[in-house]
Amino acid sequence: MSGSLKVRVQRYRPEEDDAPWWQSFEVPWSEDTSVLDALNHIKDVEDGSLSYRWSCRMAICGSCGVMVNDEPRLGCKTFLRHYADADEIVLRPLENLAVERDLVSDIDPMLAHIETVQPWLQREQAEAPEAGETLQTPVQMARYESFSHCINCGLCYAACPQFGRNPDFLGPAALTLAQRYNLDSRDEGREARMPFLNGEDGVWACTFVGYCSDVCPKDVDPAAAINQGKVASNVNYAVNLFRLLRGGDDA
Amino acid sequence: MDIQHSDVDIVIVGGGGAGLRAAIAAAEQAPGLRIALLSKVYPMRSHTVAAEGGCAGVVQDHDSHFDHFVDTVSGGDWLCDQDVVDYFVEHATEENLRLEHWGCPWSRKPDGRINVRAFGGMKIERTWFAADRTGFHILHTLFQTSLKYPSIQRHDEFFCTDLLVDEGRCVGVQAIDMREGHHVCLRAGAVILATGGAGRVYRYNTNGGIVTGDGMAMAWRQGVPLRDMEFVQYHPTGLPGSGILITEACRGEGGLLLNADGHRYLQDYGLGPETPPGSPRTKYMELGPRDRLSQAFWHEARAGRVLKTRRGEAVQLDLRHLGEARINERLPFIRELASAYVGVDPVTAPIPVRPTAHYTMGGIQTDIHTATPLPGLFAAGECASIGLHGANRLGSNSLAELSVFGRVAGEQAASHALAAGVPDAAVLREQAEHNAAGWEALREADGDESLAAIRDALGESMERGAGIFRSGEELAATCAELARLKQRYQSLGLTDRSRVFNTQWLNAIELGCQLDVANAMAQAALGREESRGSHQRLDATARDDQRFLCHSLARRADNGDATVDWQPVVITRLPPGERHYGEAGEKPALEKRA
Repeated sequence: MSGSLKVRVQRYRPEEDDAPWWQSFEVPWSEDTSVLDALNHIKDVEDGSLSYRWSCRMAICGSCGVMVNDEPRLGCKTFLRHYADADEIVLRPLENLAVERDLVSDIDPMLAHIETVQPWLQREQAEAPEAGETLQTPVQMARYESFSHCINCGLCYAACPQFGRNPDFLGPAALTLAQRYNLDSRDEGREARMPFLNGEDGVWACTFVGYCSDVCPKDVDPAAAINQGKVASNVNYAVNLFRLLRGGDDA
Repeated sequence: MDIQHSDVDIVIVGGGGAGLRAAIAAAEQAPGLRIALLSKVYPMRSHTVAAEGGCAGVVQDHDSHFDHFVDTVSGGDWLCDQDVVDYFVEHATEENLRLEHWGCPWSRKPDGRINVRAFGGMKIERTWFAADRTGFHILHTLFQTSLKYPSIQRHDEFFCTDLLVDEGRCVGVQAIDMREGHHVCLRAGAVILATGGAGRVYRYNTNGGIVTGDGMAMAWRQGVPLRDMEFVQYHPTGLPGSGILITEACRGEGGLLLNADGHRYLQDYGLGPETPPGSPRTKYMELGPRDRLSQAFWHEARAGRVLKTRRGEAVQLDLRHLGEARINERLPFIRELASAYVGVDPVTAPIPVRPTAHYTMGGIQTDIHTATPLPGLFAAGECASIGLHGANRLGSNSLAELSVFGRVAGEQAASHALAAGVPDAAVLREQAEHNAAGWEALREADGDESLAAIRDALGESMERGAGIFRSGEELAATCAELARLKQRYQSLGLTDRSRVFNTQWLNAIELGCQLDVANAMAQAALGREESRGSHQRLDATARDDQRFLCHSLARRADNGDATVDWQPVVITRLPPGERHYGEAGEKPALEKRA
């Protein structure tokens, strides 16, 4: 299985270009050739000025997210053979994020949202290592484990229509990470995270399109995490309401 | 030239496991210090993320620090500094527990306690794991935990180019802000290099594209010796073609290695007798150390007993008898990788694998406190040679090393920075201008040599001359080729003159680093006329303790070339002995007990 395919790449170099433009290359492929391999071929052989991010080339570092024929995908886990019947393969930087150059997107908004939800294990009393491990059974771990597989590649942000409309929306990866810690039996940070999850840019802003879960290369299912977050948010609301009605000052 | 200058207390270069752990340690020890964490990628992209199998730390009742020590020292063919190994084995478990307290989802036993798995060269199960994404989870746990500390200022996508040195002391770093392409200068009381290894100097490797030895080269250029660089680990199980890592945990869980005839060939290389499928035995067969397994493949390939696949020669890693449930629980990422990259579902078919360059045992010389010979400069993780791994690293020791010595580096650098203060600004301006002018000239390089051609020739030459088996003749040829490549590098032609995210320019800087590091590797390998651990010489097949029970120190000569001299190994309580695995490994152990 092999052939050659037209690869059309969106270019944009802020120092030289007023607007994005398109450049086409004819790229030879074999069964193993990934979109990342194609980009590396172009850079080595055709045009050394093409910029894109990559590192591990095994779908774990999360660097090489791009739009492939309008779909957010990891370049290293997308193969040209699947496009053998297409006229061309079209590569653009990730949707909904600003372009820095060529296929390099500005992912800082995603990282800022991730930081917002305080994605670290919170304990009222920090233990010393001598205390040993905090017990956690496999059943307890299973409640959050799949939500901990996020590689921060940003594909879900490129897929999310809500984030596209409202960049303040915390978005799939950040809300999933919040849920990952909220569901962790060792964590006591739920109360601290709730204001962000309950806020107007939190879980309720999600319109449950679910495309984030479709494009996730690690099967994290952010849509499920956000929906669980909505349930938790409701419970939290009810608890607080109860405290308020009871007259407690801890609401 | 407009160079932005700023002052901090500590600069950490590299945002992988060691760099993040160092940052957290420094922030905890001295909350008032300004800590700058520079990385050429966002921290969670660092190559720690790709480590799969596990992280060592004694935890079982029938295990002991001494057992871990013995496995590590003998696994390293007695080239480990034993004081360092002692410190390491005594602190690995507490660091793993700290990661647990920070949220790392270590795999558990049914009762909720930490689970451990068997790993190559380890007599007792002591490898903590998070399925087969251990490095990923450690890295993300550290990254997320680091967000708690306001004193850690991240400089993501800053490409560090130079160490700044004044009056024999490291006083900061220079870097390129990749988004703007501008040079920046960070003056600091202490600098920690945590820049990872250099596996990309080999053509087939398990490493990410970023693993180009930058920190090693920066230290080397300031006269800091690179130690034990001849010891490069070939991981026995990478995917043919790409080199993508297929974890040793496959064998820890009971995977079998078969040659083209379906024979478990490791029994023919001093690792037997054959253990029954489904009953892996530590230090036998597939659970032998990485150097021995990679060498066995080399012999099988020479004898024509390997598969010829369209991706190259390979043997078979058979996991089928583990069953789908076990594979999904313990090795889900391996299933994903094999399916995506070689079209094999390990539940129904063996995975084709071959040895591929994986880990740089050597690195920047440090003492047991992570201090390099250059005052103010510290190093930790794969970029460093603290003396832990000797001539062959045991799998799962390096993830633990990141935490154990990353913490030490952070604490040491914090103390140093508090005592040293920030250096005088004026003296560094000239140095920074000079450095920047050199990098600007490279950006505008208009020779006729291609970056990709030199990079590929480097990878092939290292593979040929400095691979699993070496000889003086082939190493000399590689050294000569490296000198030619360095010459060709002077005539490099780049086509991208821009500044914003100019990855061609950055790749050219990386290639310069790779050439320096490769040269240190090849020269040290040429100098070591013996066979030890991962360094096997066809023209000197025996270990020679008389001459070479010592570390190599490759230093930069004035003309830029490498000179090699030697440093004694620290031996405290385990005198050099013979290294045996399989049945042959039982005898010395019995004698020891007697």
